[in-house]
Amino acid sequence: MITDTQLWVLVSALSAFAYLCKALGFVVIGSRAMPALVERCLALIPASLLAALVAKDTFSTGQALIVDARAAGVAVAMVAVWRRMPFIVVVAAAMATTALVRALG
Amino acid sequence: MSELAGDPQRKRVISASFTLGTAVGVTALSFGLAAVSAGASVSQACALSLFTFTGASQFSAMSVVGAGGSIATAFGGAALLAVRNFVYGIALASRVSTDAQGRRHSLPRRLLAAQFVIDETTAMTTAENEPRLARTAFWVTALSLFVTWNLGTLVGALAGSLLDSRALGLDAAFPAAFVAMLPAHLRTSRGRRAALTGAVVCLALTPFVPVGAAILVAVIGVLFGVKP
Repeated sequence: MITDTQLWVLVSALSAFAYLCKALGFVVIGSRAMPALVERCLALIPASLLAALVAKDTFSTGQALIVDARAAGVAVAMVAVWRRMPFIVVVAAAMATTALVRALG
Repeated sequence: MSELAGDPQRKRVISASFTLGTAVGVTALSFGLAAVSAGASVSQACALSLFTFTGASQFSAMSVVGAGGSIATAFGGAALLAVRNFVYGIALASRVSTDAQGRRHSLPRRLLAAQFVIDETTAMTTAENEPRLARTAFWVTALSLFVTWNLGTLVGALAGSLLDSRALGLDAAFPAAFVAMLPAHLRTSRGRRAALTGAVVCLALTPFVPVGAAILVAVIGVLFGVKP
């Protein structure tokens, strides 16, 4: 279990790192060109990581793989995204579905 | 306002940027709720929104913490997601770091602007070709989003500390948030290949590695996306 102090370390380190990324591109590198391959790799990182996060948060608890009420919630979220619903509606619909399936199950 | 009346273009940019800034800020409600349900305190959730101020990384870090991961794995995944802000910074530097006469802004002002180099400001700024409108888009989006993002986090976190998170399905808030962030990255076949590989690698490794580490390894999905 993570302690309160460790969480503050995480918050500080992540804030410092995120700012460093922003400032390094914006202030230090500026409009100088980057190698195309590097730029393409960097642009693909969110696709891989976000999809991995969806998979992890839907089908795992700790190290165990399981299918539970969350899967129904995420399925509803996917439909909501496909129908171009606003972010908050997507999240609320997923939560409501998961809570409902859990209450019924 | 009289100055704006004669400048319909600028008025359009201000209105669009402000609308986007406030709308996305509402997302912060779900971040505040989810962060507290994952084990963060209200002040930790607020500190993330004030200082980290990049949504996907904030959600990612709290998702790993909530799942029982270590701070190292929580940091790793969130940091990798933050790297894209570096690319945005390069894209924005030529557009918003100079004034109307083409003079470079002072270093303190550029260092302040850097905090607002995120998905939404990049999208709104790069959509404008005229430098004057691009600068307006950047600052209006940045400031409206920063205010609503932080207010939303505070309200969400306070609400989250009063609620029973499991009964409310709050654990589904994380994957739903990531689902909502994905479409922008799935427009190309490279993006779709990288996403599919990332998800498969993550699930395949989850039972065998520490919690959150599978997310880090999933970044090899990039290699499957980048090959022609």
